Amino acid sequence: MSQKKLAIIATKGTLDWAYPPFILASTAAALGYEVQIFFTFYGLKLLQKDLDLQVSSLGNPGMPMPMPVPVLLQALPGMQRMMTMMMKKKMKDKGVASLEELRDLCVEAEVKMIACQMTVDLFEFNKDDFVSGIEYAGAAAFFEFAGEADICLYI
Amino acid sequence: MANHDQVLDASGLNCPLPILRAKKALSAMESGKILRIIATDPGSVKDFDSFAKQTGNPLLESGEEGGKFFFLIQKA
Repeated sequence: MSQKKLAIIATKGTLDWAYPPFILASTAAALGYEVQIFFTFYGLKLLQKDLDLQVSSLGNPGMPMPMPVPVLLQALPGMQRMMTMMMKKKMKDKGVASLEELRDLCVEAEVKMIACQMTVDLFEFNKDDFVSGIEYAGAAAFFEFAGEADICLYI
Repeated sequence: MANHDQVLDASGLNCPLPILRAKKALSAMESGKILRIIATDPGSVKDFDSFAKQTGNPLLESGEEGGKFFFLIQKA
């Protein structure tokens, strides 16, 4: 049986949306998959050494809240920080891994991480801020792997 | 209860950590050795079954004991 392959495109840079790519990549690697993640647009934030990701209930009426907060109040300064803090605490209390830990596990499992060169240039990201061991490439390089993949996810 | 060679306590950890820790522990073990995993995540029951099927490391036994789940996986 040849090794299965999983290709993921990570496009979101919020705390909540950072979880699916790293959870699926690390788990697939543990199951024996060869995994590549292509980080583009806001997903590039997941590659920064200092992961300062936030979560917001604004524009996200599905987010469970401990108590109902009117939308206009959610927009007040400091609310996003507070919600992020509450979310992180809840995750810790429930034994959910931190993003740093999941990303380290991906690196350890040799998940290949590729930063989209075009969006790195577009947003003027500093490569020194990214974790080491990543590659820089474009869409064609992604298809070289994704074209052979058994599963391809756009997150 | 079957014998085991090593124990991994994944109590309090949530998906996918019990699986990732188990994979790591199994990697360091010799073929034929048995790992006993303890977990509290209810999702781990289905997950360890799937893990065993996909990795080819047989799940010898599983169940619930003292409010926790346990799994015996043999390194292939």
